[in-house]
Amino acid sequence: MADRGTYLYAVTREEDRPGPAALEGVAGVAGAPVRTVAHAGLVAYVSTVPLEEFGEEPLRRSLEDLDWVGATARAHHSVVEAVAEAAATAPVRLVTVYSGDDQVRDMLDRRCEDFTAILSQVAGRREWGVKAYAAPPAAEREQDRGEPATTRPGTEYLRRRKASLRTRDDAWRDAAARAERIHAALGDVAVASTRHRPQDPQLSGRDDVMLLNGAYLVGEDRREEFAATLDALREPGVEIELTGPWAPYSFSALESGGGPGTEAHDGP
Amino acid sequence: MARDVAPRGARLAAEGRLPAERVALVDLLDRLLAGGVVITGDIVLSISDIDLVRISLRALIMSVRASEPLETGVRHEPSQL
Repeated sequence: MADRGTYLYAVTREEDRPGPAALEGVAGVAGAPVRTVAHAGLVAYVSTVPLEEFGEEPLRRSLEDLDWVGATARAHHSVVEAVAEAAATAPVRLVTVYSGDDQVRDMLDRRCEDFTAILSQVAGRREWGVKAYAAPPAAEREQDRGEPATTRPGTEYLRRRKASLRTRDDAWRDAAARAERIHAALGDVAVASTRHRPQDPQLSGRDDVMLLNGAYLVGEDRREEFAATLDALREPGVEIELTGPWAPYSFSALESGGGPGTEAHDGP
Repeated sequence: MARDVAPRGARLAAEGRLPAERVALVDLLDRLLAGGVVITGDIVLSISDIDLVRISLRALIMSVRASEPLETGVRHEPSQL
């Protein structure tokens, strides 16, 4: 008991609980089997984990280890996906470990209303991710045009350089404004939307600037409309990437303040 | 038998939906580190401790940098100059 903890992945309503087949063959973090703890009309999806790996001190070290974080994130995700495939699901933040099932039951008791609210918000809806990148500015041909050689090449050089920078600034500002429009247009089709921090180019593996890293909670009945809206927004200068559907990770804030900048929409 | 692996994979791929092992780790961490229900109290440890997240992401950046020594050899420099 003392050397084991209960790792929590996600919560669903008891009435939505998928059959055992949904979790068949799905391994949890550290390869642990996934089981359920039902209480207060809710079901928690959990694994028993050794505290020598998931206790406070070991975790502080493990979270510095990218391989560990990556493997744990993928295992957590595959459990959440399996559950979300079958039922309205509230995913829980990565690495949430209780000292035992009793604590999970207590938590379900205390947070019953919050979970019920989240689950009714996400039921029948999926999260989509949309990333927009500023396409690299068109090659600077401008500066090759214009007046032929002048008698003051230094001044001319500076003038061209200035014009080139202005063009670049304008292009960037224009792209940023377009990203805002993309976010707003997609938000109109979504029930709720939020923005993640743009990914560092080192992480995204791309040289171009990420303008938008948005998440949109979209009703299943509006999925095609969302895709069509996205396609209509594609134009030169901004590259758009769609990911998903995701379990509603970005729309599971329990705090009354909502997530960072979550916007609710008066959509249908 | 009931589990038709290849067609299911094809269907998911067609929907633009990737199996867990193919989802980009960065996109996943955006959601797993910033999203999901955060519960406080009674917990042994939760990653909602922002310092831990920052440290991990720094490790991630270092790792990405280290693992891509040559592919980024040719770069346009859009914002320098």
